[in-house]
Amino acid sequence: METLVADIWRSTPLVLLTLVGLIALLVEGSGKGRAAAVYWISLVGTIASFVLSFLSLNTEEAAFNDMILQGGYAAFFGMIFTASAFGTLILSRSYLRRLHTERGEFYVLIVFAAIGMMLMASAIDLIILFLGIEVMSICLYVLVGFLRTKLTANESALKYFLLGAFTTGFLLYGIALIYGTVGSTSFRAISAAFPAVSNQPLFLLGAAMLVIAFSFKVAAVPFHMWAPDVYEGAPTPITAFMSTGTKAAAFAAFVGVFLGAFQIAGSKLSEVIALAAAASMIIGNVVAISQSNLKRMLAYSSIAHAGYMLSGISAANREGETGILFYLATYTLMNLGAFGVLSWVEQKDDTKLTFDDYAGFSAQQPFLAALLSIFLFSLAGIPPFAGFFGKYYVFLAAVKADLTWLAIIGVLTSVVSVYYYLRLVMMMYFQPGGATVEEPPAQMAFIAVTCAAILVVLFGIYPSLIVDLTKEFLNI
Amino acid sequence: MNVETIFFYLLGAVFVGSALMMVTRRNPVIAALYLILNFFCLAGIYLTLHAQFIAVIQILVYAGAIMVLFVFVIMLLNLSDERRLSEAISFKKIVAGGLSVALLLELLYIFVYRKTDLPTLNAERSIEIGTVESIGRHLFTKFLFPFEVTSILLLAAIVGAVVLAKRRLD
Repeated sequence: METLVADIWRSTPLVLLTLVGLIALLVEGSGKGRAAAVYWISLVGTIASFVLSFLSLNTEEAAFNDMILQGGYAAFFGMIFTASAFGTLILSRSYLRRLHTERGEFYVLIVFAAIGMMLMASAIDLIILFLGIEVMSICLYVLVGFLRTKLTANESALKYFLLGAFTTGFLLYGIALIYGTVGSTSFRAISAAFPAVSNQPLFLLGAAMLVIAFSFKVAAVPFHMWAPDVYEGAPTPITAFMSTGTKAAAFAAFVGVFLGAFQIAGSKLSEVIALAAAASMIIGNVVAISQSNLKRMLAYSSIAHAGYMLSGISAANREGETGILFYLATYTLMNLGAFGVLSWVEQKDDTKLTFDDYAGFSAQQPFLAALLSIFLFSLAGIPPFAGFFGKYYVFLAAVKADLTWLAIIGVLTSVVSVYYYLRLVMMMYFQPGGATVEEPPAQMAFIAVTCAAILVVLFGIYPSLIVDLTKEFLNI
Repeated sequence: MNVETIFFYLLGAVFVGSALMMVTRRNPVIAALYLILNFFCLAGIYLTLHAQFIAVIQILVYAGAIMVLFVFVIMLLNLSDERRLSEAISFKKIVAGGLSVALLLELLYIFVYRKTDLPTLNAERSIEIGTVESIGRHLFTKFLFPFEVTSILLLAAIVGAVVLAKRRLD
């Protein structure tokens, strides 16, 4: 009993967010027109969980019979997830109100998805990892298809659900095979048995299944086909959530298993991941050039970014892990911001989402154009914005791990990516036109996106602000 | 040959027989009934392995709930033209056959050639862990946390299903 209470105290960020989600659900069910109350409860819950995660950064303890590891790594990712959920909640409010489809369940599901993400980052047992992935995915399937009367939303929700369910099969098969060879699902036991089993075909098959499942979740080539369609059909705030929180959660689990439980440095698994990274960088960036829809363009760009981060996993060294953590934290800020501005310009009927719709945007909305430009410069990896250091760290890690060819592909494809990011900047500043927003963005959303832009610049100038946080708890 | 072994071979024979009958029947309802028989035999085999809990769950969940679902779907689809179920050889069938053969080879490999690599459990231990009591104890001690997380997962799924499927949202 005492240990149970102590365990609950250890995992306050997670437990608190769960309680908030349940309370919000009860409030929603208690009567009509409670969406605003649910929104505020969820918002306060994510802020509180963010603060608690921040406070527990320096204490790393296992809880609940070695099922989860709280503090440190999990707390760092907890901050990313709650920040992403916070931003998504704020963007969703104005988006849903504009469409007159505001419902409390939308906010509750965002909170539940964030709980699933936190479980994925804190799992030190494959069972919890699986449950976390499912909690997150089930919420996302519903959120993607939330606008039930929209055909594209239905299509993308169904596509995401079917492929996601198929991936779950791979994940479970992989877990079963690893359990079969190691005799345990705990990361600690797998890590201890790894040198002995790492060449057994059954274990390698299980690990390969996990690579497939995680590659799907992070949208890496060749398991990326769902991303553009789902990103395009989903409500824009949910697209932002999927490209930030979900991606970070999938990487948290990927890193936790492949750098925490396995020691993949220099192994075949590392080579496989390096190939996926190279393919993601090349295909993501090259296909993004030919996109005219901005949501699709950002979807392909997110495939490319998954490739950059995968090269950090493939390097399997300390620099690589630091790089991924830094990358995910800053990528969350810039992508949330970019999708935020997109969601204000976009019209109810899914129009105003192409490059041409941004002609002359800077003349009408100079501040919003400047914000979007900051996010795009950062995504392209141009100093002094934060995106530059993310790439710098993962490529440095690749070079140190004798994967210079991967770093070269990364740098070359980054150059390609500058073309399509700057094309939008050029549209806004140098093309005549009357692009503007239909109604001014809600004050809170505006402030949140502005803060994201300030942080992108700040972390670009002082990357040590984040890097210092990560020093204590790296897996390797 | 003790009673357990006799039961195992008896159940195993009916198990394989009913599985073959199931995939070769043209009438979907008859195929579904053979599947139920198949599930019962599997439950019996679990019992001979002292896995009481899984045996009961096998009957409750698979032979009970899931089969009712199957039969309902068959009735709702109302397949009058039974020939639709027996197509000519197609690409799908070849892939499915290939996958089945791959699975068979994999299982043979594990159980014939790599038998010694598998973690072994002695009979007493398997009697001990197969009971409802022992599973309940594990579920509420070591695996309490996953157990509770499962309830969150189910709750999220229920909320999602209602949001997506409710006829009128007000």
